[in-house]
Amino acid sequence: MAEHYKPFKYMPWEMSLEERFQEYHPPYSEREAVLESNRCLYCHDAPCMVACPTTIDIPTFIRKISTGNVKGSAKTILESNLMGASCSRVCPVEVLCEGACVLQHDHKPITIGRLQRYAMDYANERNIDFFKKGEPNGFKVAVIGAGPAGLSCAGELAKRGFDVTVLEKREWGGGLDTYGIVVFREPVEVSLKEVTMIEKLGVEFKFNVEVGKDVTFEDLVKQYDSIFVSVGLGAVPEMSIPGEELQGVYDGLAFIEETKIMPLKDIKYGNRVCVIGAGNTGIDCATIARRLGSERVSIIYRRSEAEMPAYHFEYQFAMNEGVSFMFLTQPVEVVGENGQVKALKCIRMDLGQPDASGRRSPVEVAGSEFEIPCDMVIKAIGQKKLTPITDKLGEFGVKLIKGYIEVDNATNRTHHPKIYAGGDCIRSKGEASTVMAVEDGKIAANGIHVALCGEKAHKVPALTSKM
Amino acid sequence: MANLEIDFCGIKSPNPFWLASAPPTNSGYQVQKAFDQGWGGVVWKTIGAPVMNVCNRYGTMDYKGTKIIGLNNVELISDRPIDVNLREIAETKKLFPKNTVICSVMVESKKEAWQEIIKRAEQTGCDGFELNFGCPHGMSERGMGSAMGQVPEYTCMVTEWVMDVATIPVIVKLTPNITDIVQPARAAIKGRGSALSLINTINSIIGVDIDTFEIRPNVGGKGGHGGYAGPAVKPIALHLLSAVGADPEVQRSGVPISGMGGIETWRDAVEFMLLGATSVQVCTAVMHWGFRIVEDMIDGMSNWMDERGFESPHDFIGKSLPRISHFGDFDLGFQSVARIDHNKCINCNLCYVACNDAAHQCIDLKNVQLKNIGNGEGKLMPVVREEDCVGCDLCSTVCPVDDCISMVEIETGRPHVTWNELSQKRPEITQDWGKMEEYRKEIGLHIH
Ligand SMILES: Cc1cc2nc3c(=O)[nH]c(=O)nc-3n(C[C@H](O)[C@H](O)[C@H](O)COP(=O)(O)OP(=O)(O)OC[C@H]3O[C@@H](n4cnc5c(N)ncnc54)[C@H](O)[C@@H]3O)c2cc1C
Ligand SMILES: Cc1cc2nc3c(=O)[nH]c(=O)nc-3n(C[C@H](O)[C@H](O)[C@H](O)COP(=O)(O)O)c2cc1C
Ligand code: SF4
Ligand code: SF4
Ligand code: SF4
Repeated sequence: MAEHYKPFKYMPWEMSLEERFQEYHPPYSEREAVLESNRCLYCHDAPCMVACPTTIDIPTFIRKISTGNVKGSAKTILESNLMGASCSRVCPVEVLCEGACVLQHDHKPITIGRLQRYAMDYANERNIDFFKKGEPNGFKVAVIGAGPAGLSCAGELAKRGFDVTVLEKREWGGGLDTYGIVVFREPVEVSLKEVTMIEKLGVEFKFNVEVGKDVTFEDLVKQYDSIFVSVGLGAVPEMSIPGEELQGVYDGLAFIEETKIMPLKDIKYGNRVCVIGAGNTGIDCATIARRLGSERVSIIYRRSEAEMPAYHFEYQFAMNEGVSFMFLTQPVEVVGENGQVKALKCIRMDLGQPDASGRRSPVEVAGSEFEIPCDMVIKAIGQKKLTPITDKLGEFGVKLIKGYIEVDNATNRTHHPKIYAGGDCIRSKGEASTVMAVEDGKIAANGIHVALCGEKAHKVPALTSKM
Repeated sequence: MANLEIDFCGIKSPNPFWLASAPPTNSGYQVQKAFDQGWGGVVWKTIGAPVMNVCNRYGTMDYKGTKIIGLNNVELISDRPIDVNLREIAETKKLFPKNTVICSVMVESKKEAWQEIIKRAEQTGCDGFELNFGCPHGMSERGMGSAMGQVPEYTCMVTEWVMDVATIPVIVKLTPNITDIVQPARAAIKGRGSALSLINTINSIIGVDIDTFEIRPNVGGKGGHGGYAGPAVKPIALHLLSAVGADPEVQRSGVPISGMGGIETWRDAVEFMLLGATSVQVCTAVMHWGFRIVEDMIDGMSNWMDERGFESPHDFIGKSLPRISHFGDFDLGFQSVARIDHNKCINCNLCYVACNDAAHQCIDLKNVQLKNIGNGEGKLMPVVREEDCVGCDLCSTVCPVDDCISMVEIETGRPHVTWNELSQKRPEITQDWGKMEEYRKEIGLHIH
């Protein structure tokens, strides 16, 4: 199986701007998909399936591709994960399903993500609807936030007959899948189509409605039988160093968002770029800058390679894309000239004793300050908690851990009996990902169903429709 | 979702997918598990004469890294006590009244023996019988199985014995190890059999160990022929099915056919059904992958039917049979030629070497410039000389790229005539090379 990904070398004349922002894995042809699916052993009790947070029946969906029942394959995926199309593109498969594939030892793991995308694309291109709204059961649920957690919860509830309203403060649904995942990994249309799919299940969407501003929590608690909070996290926090307000200092999330919603040629980028932070956001910002045309892009990270939150494959991807990494380097000041970024002043670090999280904490090397000349600085050091919302929830008795909403793991219910939560806003430990948000939505839908209808939530059969 | 229910000589089955009489249907535990997973019916592992099995029992045909494209076995009929089998059949039928349970039987060639087992087995409440006239090893040496199925008179005689006492449908299972399968099929109908099933396994030696010189499967240093099944036998099974299904006598009788031999997916099943099978049976694929494959078989067939607007399998069963014809009735004027899509071609040149070495030398490697891709000076690519192409289809079968070489029908102006018509109207052409050449000149056909 040929690997089609070609690293982007800084040779803009070889690819147009649009080409550079195409999905960097081209879709599988039918033949590639069939060959790859036939390599799968169709394991019994397959470890890949156990490793998928949404427990997609991977051997079955792959077998269906191999038998030519691609429609059935798509159904198998969506039965466990309504955001199968997004997940097939954004999931860190190397550490999830593919990382668990039995073939990873003596062969190469099955490319589960790409096969999943093949089946999802097949169904999308043909506009096949697999599910329908369940028999109305009279209960009303409000979902706050139309990211993957909210969409998944809304869809699962609608399948069970709930009357669901999604309140979303932005213009479009999809959450970070729409606004935050680099476009060469997931085009905007993919997540928007998922929103449409949920809409077709009879879910009502209210866009440009911010809970806490345009409607109050009090009203929601009064009007609805249950509420699912899936608001995600906020913007990139301040670094609190001098010069942060200079022209040329960017919020990483806002920078990524531009590639999703603006014409590529209108996006401003620097020639020499410093990206601060080595997590997914940092990798995404750095590779975007390269593909836009930045000549030199460095990721600045205060710890070492071993501690960096980005996955190994992301690290490799960034290096292939010509991004350089400066480890054990802490920014101390953005240096400007005429209000415009001129350099990033950093200090070298050393690793000291392990901290509470087990990571060795960096300590400054005295007198080692130096400047990196640059005309753009991108902050990619995580996301802020949405404190206005969590504070408000506190008034209803909802408890928090480290600023994240605390829930019961089996049902995703908060300390308030009507309020459930899921997605990034509850992820107080470990990595956050789209697929985990999807599973959170499923768990909450199940929890709400059991709490309101009293019966054991049953699996809802799919509606197969004519193509 | 389409309704997959079938009516097989009065037996209603929730879907056409049955397990063939073989190891997967050896016990109540297995059959009940299979029904739970969606199988519409089963033919229980053959019961009857006393046997003892050997080991190893299986040898496989693996091909270029793919395991079990064919499976050879030297297994016998059920080696479990008859009472146990009958008890479990009865229990299973009671637990799954909607699913089809067929009891397969084989005893020595004595009227009393056959009639006794039929009467006993009927008390289980099973839906029908299958007479195993096909097992090609172990039993045949004892005058049973294929030894019976290879002699139409025996087939007819035993079927009659059974029909005299049976009150439920009886399927006669045919052996492929015979020159003309239509003969035993007709014999079974003459013996008043209610249905036919085919194929049982094909005589085979699966291989020889080139280090030890042992025959596979190795039974304590010895080996012998066994029965071959699995994906590799499918084309043979399809042929035999179509031969029986298209036979006028079989068609007149209206008996349904249960088809098997190499079925692994819903697509295989659809092909068998298009060639006249009302139900399909599966053994090897389940031995390889387990009962769970039936979920995709049901889902895949139902999606396929939905796409085409078929509401019941009976809407498409036998739909391809009218197309089964004979060489003498093929249109000699039908001409196709190979066309290569150079934008898809990856330049492996397999088509070139195939045509050059094994067909009619009508592909040239020529410099081709692709305007839309702009491959500069161009490069050497295979180009078909259409006027010389005989339309054999070899190049397109070897081409590794989908839809790269297509066979395109062209109108040559030659008469649309069949060999049979030609031999009737102008017999001299079909008998004399000189006349043949004149005729070719007359119609403008040139073979170099
Ligand atoms: C740059 C970046 C790259 C990432 N890359 C990957 C990746 O490759 N793979 C992966 O699996 N994960 C990735 N993630 C993580 C993943 O995107 C998140 O885990 C996932 O989107 C969480 O889903 P969610 O539904 O909880 O939140 P979100 O996707 O953040 O959605 C929350 C929604 O709530 C809305 N909202 C917030 N407040 C309100 C309010 N008061 N009223 C109404 N609506 C409100 C927001 O507008 C938003 O639409 C990445 C994250 C980032 C930041
Ligand atoms: C191991 C093995 C045992 C079999 N035993 C029987 C049997 O007892 N009775 C019978 O009628 N057919 C028997 N068969 C033949 C199968 O029922 C079936 O006709 C054949 O395997 C073709 O189907 P397949 O290609 O799906 O395997 C056996 C086949 C195999 C492989
Ligand atoms: S573990 Fe790998 S080989 Fe096994 S079923 Fe999963 S993808 Fe297929
Ligand atoms: S498959 Fe089961 S019975 Fe057969 S050899 Fe293996 S362990 Fe023994
Ligand atoms: S076999 Fe197909 S791909 Fe290969 S050279 Fe011929 S046309 Fe091209």
